[in-house]
Amino acid sequence: MKEKLQAIREEALAQIEQAGALDKLNDVRVNFLGKKGKLTAVLKSMKEIAPEERPAFGQLVNETRAQIENFLDETKKTLEAQALERQLKSEVIDVTLPAKKSSVGHRHPNTIALEEVERIFIGMGYEVVEGPEVEYDLYNFEKLNIPANHPAKDEQDTFYINKEIVLRTQTSPVQARVMEQGKLPIRMIAPGRVFRSDEVDATHSPSFHQIEGLVIDKNITFADLKGTLEEFAKELFGPETKTKFRPHHFPFTEPSAEVDVSCFKCGGKGCRFCKGSGWIEILGCGMVHPHVLEMCGIDPEEYTGFAFGVGLERIALLKYEIDDMRLLYEDDVRFLKQF
Amino acid sequence: MNTTLSWIKAYVPDLDCTAQEYTDAMTLSGTKVEGYTAADRDLDRIVIGQIEQIEPHPDADKLIICQVNIGEKTIQIVTGAPNVSVGDKVPVVLDGGKVAGNHDGKMTEGGIPIKKGKLRGIESNGMMCSIEELGSSRDMYPEAPEFGIYIFPEDAEVGADAIEALGLHDVTFEYEITSNRVDCFGVIGIAREAAATFGKEFRPPVVTKTGNEEQASDYIKVTVKDTELCPRYCARVVKNIKIAPSPKWMQRRLAAAGIRPINNIVDITNYIMEEYGQPMHAYDYDQLAGHEIIVRRAEPGETFVTLDDQERHLDENVLMICDGEKSVGIAGIMGGENSMITDQVKTMLFEAACFDGTNIRLSSKRIGLRTEASAKFEKGLDPNNAEEAINRACQLVEEMGAGEVVGGMADVYPVKREPVRIPFEPEKINKLLGTKLSEEEMLGYFRKIDLGYDEAAREVIAPTFRQDLFRTADLAEEVARFYGYANIPMTLPTGEATTGKLPFDLRVRQVAQDIAEFCGFSQGMMYSFESPKAFDKLMIPEDSPLRDAIKIMNPLGEDFSIMRTQSVNGMLTALGFNYSHRNKNVRLYELANVYLPKALPLTELPDERVQFTLGMYGEGDFFTMKGVVEELFDKLGITAGRTYAPEGKRPYLHPGRQAEIYCGKIQVGYLGEVHPTVADTYGIGERAYLAVLDMPEVTRLATFDRQYQGIAKFPAVTRDISMVVPKEILAGQIEAMIVQRGGKILESCQLFDIYEGAQIRSGFKSMAYSITFRAKDRTLGEADITAAMKKIWNGLESMKIEIRA
Repeated sequence: MKEKLQAIREEALAQIEQAGALDKLNDVRVNFLGKKGKLTAVLKSMKEIAPEERPAFGQLVNETRAQIENFLDETKKTLEAQALERQLKSEVIDVTLPAKKSSVGHRHPNTIALEEVERIFIGMGYEVVEGPEVEYDLYNFEKLNIPANHPAKDEQDTFYINKEIVLRTQTSPVQARVMEQGKLPIRMIAPGRVFRSDEVDATHSPSFHQIEGLVIDKNITFADLKGTLEEFAKELFGPETKTKFRPHHFPFTEPSAEVDVSCFKCGGKGCRFCKGSGWIEILGCGMVHPHVLEMCGIDPEEYTGFAFGVGLERIALLKYEIDDMRLLYEDDVRFLKQF
Repeated sequence: MNTTLSWIKAYVPDLDCTAQEYTDAMTLSGTKVEGYTAADRDLDRIVIGQIEQIEPHPDADKLIICQVNIGEKTIQIVTGAPNVSVGDKVPVVLDGGKVAGNHDGKMTEGGIPIKKGKLRGIESNGMMCSIEELGSSRDMYPEAPEFGIYIFPEDAEVGADAIEALGLHDVTFEYEITSNRVDCFGVIGIAREAAATFGKEFRPPVVTKTGNEEQASDYIKVTVKDTELCPRYCARVVKNIKIAPSPKWMQRRLAAAGIRPINNIVDITNYIMEEYGQPMHAYDYDQLAGHEIIVRRAEPGETFVTLDDQERHLDENVLMICDGEKSVGIAGIMGGENSMITDQVKTMLFEAACFDGTNIRLSSKRIGLRTEASAKFEKGLDPNNAEEAINRACQLVEEMGAGEVVGGMADVYPVKREPVRIPFEPEKINKLLGTKLSEEEMLGYFRKIDLGYDEAAREVIAPTFRQDLFRTADLAEEVARFYGYANIPMTLPTGEATTGKLPFDLRVRQVAQDIAEFCGFSQGMMYSFESPKAFDKLMIPEDSPLRDAIKIMNPLGEDFSIMRTQSVNGMLTALGFNYSHRNKNVRLYELANVYLPKALPLTELPDERVQFTLGMYGEGDFFTMKGVVEELFDKLGITAGRTYAPEGKRPYLHPGRQAEIYCGKIQVGYLGEVHPTVADTYGIGERAYLAVLDMPEVTRLATFDRQYQGIAKFPAVTRDISMVVPKEILAGQIEAMIVQRGGKILESCQLFDIYEGAQIRSGFKSMAYSITFRAKDRTLGEADITAAMKKIWNGLESMKIEIRA
């Protein structure tokens, strides 16, 4: 019997070795270890063996079974590994084939620029405020130190609804509205649509967007204005950006300034975007005129403040190198999907 | 405003800087230089030569051969110019030099290089030039011949720099002067700024006493009837006038400022306007009836012929200069033909006045005539400058020998303008600027720009030419300008901390943008104003309140004349634009206002309502659009009672494919397929869809609050129900019934099949729903389900729905 077991073992191991595939391997298992298998048959013939030899024989059968099973398992693992490898090999794809994109829409470049600006100022503790686009002359002009008959009010610049109501020409009236509410200190930005009577062309639009900024508190200085706008410029255009403050005149600020930033296209060396100067004008600003504070019920002896106004389109056009303002209002998806 | 560097240097003799240095420094001290042009930028190696000999060219009738002495030697030049003769002194470009343009006046950027060469076989070592080739014109150099070579006066130095002799080694600066700095609309004002900027001495012209022993008041009587519109009127008289060309130096300065020299008298008035910023006028004294001047408002309906021979229609708001009988000029705008000076003038009246700036601006606009003079007057001039200017003019008359100045001045100046006194509060200035400057430093800056200081009263005295200085903040700007904006430190505001925030409605709008973009819609921007024709294009009925739009008084044209009351015209226009540009599958959204007047004509501000407008064509249908709306509602936590009512009331939408959107009882918007006729009108060649949500209402309903619902522990049971439904019954009605009858254990109901057609009798449709039940606290038994389903069945059958399974 011992020899017979030996023979079964040899045969089984040989067949496992030659199986080569998982289904054949299973056949081998059934052939030897199954209910009608060869080893099972040997076990069944145990009754022909003398009782005193049975334990030793039983042990021998179990050993043989264990050996076959071990070898079966090992071989199975190897074959499975080979099969997986074959599968993976056969499933190689061309990763350079085109992507299947879900067609996500795109924000308008103006909005992208606006959200950048909002993010920067919200981070500095500013609240975003909105005001009406159809506005009283009182807020758009009078309260900003632009009295009746000021040249800026000329019909050629302002769209009038009637004598008292205009399409706002700037976001600055929001300043007056917020100051009038009397809640101090103020740190706000007011983005929005403004209107000027300019014919549509590559650099003009009768409707465009501005972002107004206003800070009113005790002890606000021109130095604070400079520091704030320097921070803003560095955030928006990169940490290398420099600012240049030039004296200017606005009726509702004193002192006033225009601010240039070092050209963010060429870094200040001079290129077509900065017309060779290395600087790009981006905003107007100044210390809120004491008379404006007075008109809005704030005591200029106690409070001071600064204000600034940025043209949103100007930033968007510069940042994205858009050479024609009309593109912003044509809504051509071939344009919009680039942002 | 333009000035040349040489004219500035006339008053700031020590000024020594390059054009670029001047540009940068002046801009940083507040006199913005927009750019500059060097007159000699394209001129090189040009000297004064004298023609010593002229011979004909052997092979060309039209050419001559000249021997030209250029100082150190004599060179041979071949020319075709017809106007030169032996002895003439002419500008000569030497070999290797360049000129600015052609003799026809056409300029070449970068200049035209001149090389020696041969003309028809004869050697030519340079070129003699016309004034046009030198980059200028006969307008500016009236002595230049009409065709041909410029010829210098006899005293010109042979071999000298011809560019220098013509005054072309000069730079013209173009300034952007802000409206508050009226003084800088004159060369003197800018020169004062330049001197202060560079720390050099300022030497303005010294105006000396002029005139004979006679008195102007014996010649002329001046009456000002409206002193508000004419705060000052100065007049002086010049007799025995000798009209002649003005001297070269004056011609050059005017020419560089772009003013064509005419004759001595006209040139003096123009020169004073440039130098002092004070427009002047010269009248022929002998044409002034009664030898008097009356300044009064025009008669209603008055007409007047100005010296450009145009008849002008005036009204009583226009200020006129009149003599004893008639009008002789429109004040501050233009003189009249009837009193203008001619070459025959013997005696003239000089006028230097100050008019109300606003009135001049409005008059000039109404008449439709804007002149150099009116552009100056409309800024509001300093009445004290007028006297200085007219005396300077008379000084020039005497210096130039243009006539005999009568002594004295007729002057109407009832309210003298006094300098403004401003308390000097250096600590406040430092506090406003964030600086630590000493009093002495500040006073130093004030002195540089001729501001006075009363030490006893501690007051800064702003001369009347500075009409922009009233209070401490104004002085702070003067300090900042000369201390240098760049030198002011950079700090951040200190004080009470504030919270940065985006208000709720803007957060809601951002969610709307996000959802739209996730769903493939890109953001467009449309104009707020549009054409009233939009209503017809949208087939909006004549009596619709949507047509009550706000009109702009002065629109850019009819197409931009009303404030929109709906946002769909803009969206459809954008879709049409894309369609015509062959863009496929276009999806756009917009977030912007409509403007709904509370009453017309407008007495208070309109209701501005942000509309979230979605438009699309290409892939997708009504239900795609509805899906976007639903996604938004989900994201904004708007769950209660969303209903879609097919009211069919939007004329621009397909009558059977539109729905009003309600959340509970509140209407938040509508959506639908664009009416085929409207789509056609806008040039959209396929089915298009719109959805419009009224953001104020959406915002009112929106919430970012959420409450976590425990994930179900007990199993759900699903039953399908299939039915034949009369066509007019809406899915929404069926769902409402299922929800109502299903009770607390109903989790959801989902339409999974809908069919109309062959197997279904006409007027009916087949629908199938999958209904899911679940209890939070137990596993549902068969009895629960059967009872619930029975109720649903009964409910549906009461709607005349036939249940199939």
